Amino acid sequence: MSSLIELRDLTKTYGRGDAAFKALRGVDMDIGRGEFIAVMGPSGSGKSTLMNLLGCLDTPTSGSYRFDGIAVESLNKDQRSLLRRHALGFIFQGFNLLARTSALENVELPLLYRGYSRKQRHDLARKALASVGLPDKERNTPSELSGGQQQRVAIARAIVTNPGTLFADEPTGNLDTRTTGEVMDLLCRLNEDLGITVIMVTHEDEVARYAKRIIHVRDGLIGSDVANPRRNTPTH
Amino acid sequence: MFWNAFIIALREIRRNLTRAFLTVIGVVIGVAAVVTLVTLGRGATESVKAQIEKVGSNLLTLRPGQGWGPSAAPLFSMDDVEVIRKQIPGIRAVAPMAMTSVQAISGEEARLTDIQGTTPDYFPIANWELSDGRFFDDTEVIDGSTVAVIGETIRKELFPNGDPIGRKIRLLNTAVTVIGVTVAKGQAGWGDDLDDNIIIPITTLQRRLNGQLSKQNLGQIMVSTEDDYPSEAVVADLNSLMRERRNLSRSEQNNFSAFDSRQIADAVSSSTKVMTSLLAAVAGVSLLVGGIGIMNIMLVSVTERTREIGIRMAIGARAREVMLQFLVEAVTLSCVGGLCGIALAYGLCVWLAKLVGAPFLFDPKINGIAFVFSAAIGILFGFMPARRAASLDPIDALRHE
Repeated sequence: MSSLIELRDLTKTYGRGDAAFKALRGVDMDIGRGEFIAVMGPSGSGKSTLMNLLGCLDTPTSGSYRFDGIAVESLNKDQRSLLRRHALGFIFQGFNLLARTSALENVELPLLYRGYSRKQRHDLARKALASVGLPDKERNTPSELSGGQQQRVAIARAIVTNPGTLFADEPTGNLDTRTTGEVMDLLCRLNEDLGITVIMVTHEDEVARYAKRIIHVRDGLIGSDVANPRRNTPTH
Repeated sequence: MFWNAFIIALREIRRNLTRAFLTVIGVVIGVAAVVTLVTLGRGATESVKAQIEKVGSNLLTLRPGQGWGPSAAPLFSMDDVEVIRKQIPGIRAVAPMAMTSVQAISGEEARLTDIQGTTPDYFPIANWELSDGRFFDDTEVIDGSTVAVIGETIRKELFPNGDPIGRKIRLLNTAVTVIGVTVAKGQAGWGDDLDDNIIIPITTLQRRLNGQLSKQNLGQIMVSTEDDYPSEAVVADLNSLMRERRNLSRSEQNNFSAFDSRQIADAVSSSTKVMTSLLAAVAGVSLLVGGIGIMNIMLVSVTERTREIGIRMAIGARAREVMLQFLVEAVTLSCVGGLCGIALAYGLCVWLAKLVGAPFLFDPKINGIAFVFSAAIGILFGFMPARRAASLDPIDALRHE
């Protein structure tokens, strides 16, 4: 399996001098295409920093990050934006949908930045909404949807551009047990059926159990990195 | 990229119409104020000019004494009229004017009105036109005929029904026959009813109403100048001629005065213009304040929408695209505000013009300027909020509560 992501001695330091805080202290990691990874760790462990770096939202202080052969650490802000636009999808704990905007328009948003035509946007967004099981909620605004439905709209928005990699930051943090199962099943299906690489941050063991590989971050270093034997399989 | 920014901006505006309304209200009011004031100012200037045209264009009025008030200075004579006609270059017509105020009676109806005694030259000088009948002629002036041309107000008051031509009006002990009715002029700029008058031959007035044949009894002499002849030169000539005829020594002031209607018109319209520019400048300040309003709300909205900006950046919007979105939003809002302001001004102008009785003149230039100005305000005051939005860090923006 060729590596999609290669981290070599990646560090991230916030602040300078005495106030400097080393969030990551030399991380080495390889992630292949089609993996489903759960990143775990207590707060302050550096897992959020790691996710921001992996998601090309931030730049490392030192070390190298290859994403699909691209040296991300040498990209500027705009180049990283374009990389996110074309190769990455994001899901957040708080869903982060635009309020007072229909589900369809929320899902269309990344396509607007890709310069798709009105009809293309429409067709792709509908297809994405159907694939997350919400074909009849196109016109509804986020406030008219349940938390699980909102997160599914957010997933539709993340996959509408057909990205190879999906970053999920505590995707079930705001959801109850039942909808957590729904959302996780959906992520598993995207991973299994479409071959999308999923990288997810979570602090819940229940949720991490859906992943194929679990990475623990502790004090800015990889604590453990194991394949998940007791994997939860999709319930349908 | 620009078209996309426009779509995104429109969606954002539609998402929060209350915010959009609050953002543009200042520009709406500012544009409306500027356009209304300038339009009404122009209307007022035109209306003053039209008023003076009504009384007579290229009109010089020679009056006894200084200023407009009553005066003990000697009146003018018919000889003065003849001498002016013969000796002053650049004049088209001269007419004497003697006035008295008497009760005009016809049957049951009566009205106290101005009786103007003059010659046929007066009609073109004062821009009178007939709606019925005819003017009197020179023969009737020589004969002292008992004929009268009446104003529209007199026709309405004395002859509310029926044709006034050929009917009699009694003025003191004299009965005059109506031979003509003038087209209504309406009110003069100073409020006088210009149609409340009866015009009769000067000789008829002198012989029958004044009851005395004094030669020195003309209250005014009216002169109309040639169109292309400078009225200032005519005024100067009139002044020196009259001083000479009245044997005024160097040290004595004029005991008569010549008023030039064109000068009055110019003075009034230039002061109206100054007033208009001043008011427009004040209104322009309010437009500027409107622009600052846009900046305020946009700055607040950048803070309020920090998370939204974070989402956009996370899914791949570049800084310049976020900036363009906010800039297009500001410009779109200010342009819409400008258009609303122009529409509002249109309504206000039509209404106010009716209220003050000035004509409404649509001025494409000031509307164009106001629109371009409001767009410029959008760019100017949208720039800072847009730059602030673009400079946000996606991670911080996403974490923003």
